[in-house]
Amino acid sequence: MTPVVLGGARGGPDVPTLRTDRYWVQPLVTVAVLTSFVAYASWAAFVNKDYYVGASVNRDLISPFYSPCLTASCVPGSHPSTVITWWTISPALLILIFPLGFRMTCYYYRKAYYRSFWLAPPACAVADAHGSYSGETRFPLLLQNVHRYFFYFGLVFNVILTVDAVVAFRQPGHGLGFSVGTAVLLVNATLLWLYSLSCHACRHLCGGGAKLFSQAPIRHRLWKAFSPLNGKHMLFAWMSLTFVAFTDLYVRLVASGTIHDYGFHF
Amino acid sequence: MAEEIVRGTQSGEVTLRIWRGDQDGGAFEEYVMPAQEGEVVLDVIHRVQATSAPDLACRWNCKAGKCGSCSAEINGRPSLMCMTRMDTLPPGETVTVAPMRSFPIIRDLVTDVSFNYEMAKRIPPLLPRSRTEDEEAAGGYRMAQMDVDRSQEFRKCIECYLCQNVCHVTRDHEENKTAYAGPRYFIRSAELEMHPLDTNDRRQLLQEEQGLGKCNITKCCTEVCPEHIKITDNAIIPLKERVVDAKYDPVAWLGRKILNRTKRTAAEAAVSAPAQGPAAVRPSEEVRGVPLPHPHDTGGAVAAAVAAPPATFPGDDAPPDA
Repeated sequence: MTPVVLGGARGGPDVPTLRTDRYWVQPLVTVAVLTSFVAYASWAAFVNKDYYVGASVNRDLISPFYSPCLTASCVPGSHPSTVITWWTISPALLILIFPLGFRMTCYYYRKAYYRSFWLAPPACAVADAHGSYSGETRFPLLLQNVHRYFFYFGLVFNVILTVDAVVAFRQPGHGLGFSVGTAVLLVNATLLWLYSLSCHACRHLCGGGAKLFSQAPIRHRLWKAFSPLNGKHMLFAWMSLTFVAFTDLYVRLVASGTIHDYGFHF
Repeated sequence: MAEEIVRGTQSGEVTLRIWRGDQDGGAFEEYVMPAQEGEVVLDVIHRVQATSAPDLACRWNCKAGKCGSCSAEINGRPSLMCMTRMDTLPPGETVTVAPMRSFPIIRDLVTDVSFNYEMAKRIPPLLPRSRTEDEEAAGGYRMAQMDVDRSQEFRKCIECYLCQNVCHVTRDHEENKTAYAGPRYFIRSAELEMHPLDTNDRRQLLQEEQGLGKCNITKCCTEVCPEHIKITDNAIIPLKERVVDAKYDPVAWLGRKILNRTKRTAAEAAVSAPAQGPAAVRPSEEVRGVPLPHPHDTGGAVAAAVAAPPATFPGDDAPPDA
């Protein structure tokens, strides 16, 4: 096998880029939005209050950051019958590692933060900011390969948040009803499903890994169904990210009494 | 009306800043040309050659976005010169045309893209399964359309090497060229990996020899592809997931053991890679129905006579990783 030569003078000036357009806008916006989300989510996870709207206002709404609420410190009504007693800090910190890991290892978010935070590269045909580069071949970035396991956990959370949205139709003291909070939880669950089902790992696991589609017709159908969603993965990633924060904010504002959750009951 | 027709200028002129140079260095030179309606960058380059700089070297062939010869960097963006209309560039501004940055320059806008041919040789060719009795009787393989759909997208590649050029893994880190196939050859491997007849298992080879893990999926290859091949979504990420199947997923490993689904090992696959020559990517002549490689592996015409340096590759002793 012929080896590859290194070196040889390259053409063009020795400058980071010749681009004259505003290529820096996209990474800048990404940094702004992701930083804002991380700051808000961290505050919301640590604050450990106002994450559940209960029977006192005839509602059953829980923030997605705190669901499932599994510890003994969870406010009454927000947790299942069996709880973890040894966890004494915010219950959100017990569960958020899973959705956080799902998004951190997501193929789309990897592109977003490699470009915007790590500047490798900040934009196409713009020199990256590092002297050496080994990509995802070494620890810790080698761990990006566990994405599919976070996808599995993400599905479990989607089921739980869907149940939360269905339970939100329950209005203690009134029976069944529908409120803005119910709609917010429903939209949140829907966007999270769309984000999960458009995931590249999902596309591979449901059918993309098959060698012969003709011998795996069900996997082929699944692959055909999920591939168009996969094309909109970036859109669903941003929509679900912003809406999950909005959902927490809405529940928080209702729980703290800042706003009223308008609705009706049957 | 004239100003509307020749959008992009007020004076009816366009100014091009073209890189002139070779292995000994170079600089931009400016050329002012009359603007003409409907021109692409390559048209203006040709008029510069015809009127001002007959020794300006540029590689081109079809002028229709299908030969992949006229790759360059226009205002810093890797593009085909023949597919970049002048009226899509910022009006009234000087247009910068530079050679592809990732490859050694030969002269002016012509670069030595031999690196890509070396990477092509390292890909084990298609190793088809044996024919069934029915196929023997029919005189050829039979494949279902749904089984070749995925591979056919990658056959659109015109080997312009814009993706290889823009990929920062080698563009910004020359040392990675020893062990990084690049997006064009990832789609070639994906094409073979997804081919219904191929029996090679290329996953270990991709991970350990061809640098699949170095790709951090920033999608620049997809952004610059003139054939709009979804290189990252449809080739690189599926390959990464297949590597995860083989190497990082104990559940998948267990499933293969239980179902006794084994393929050829990477070592066996590597043995199938011919030492040199374009035959490395050519399937057996006996395999009917298998698409042959593109005919323009060697690029297009060179407009000005340029002496290409000998294609020698004396050293492969750099570390395989950055």
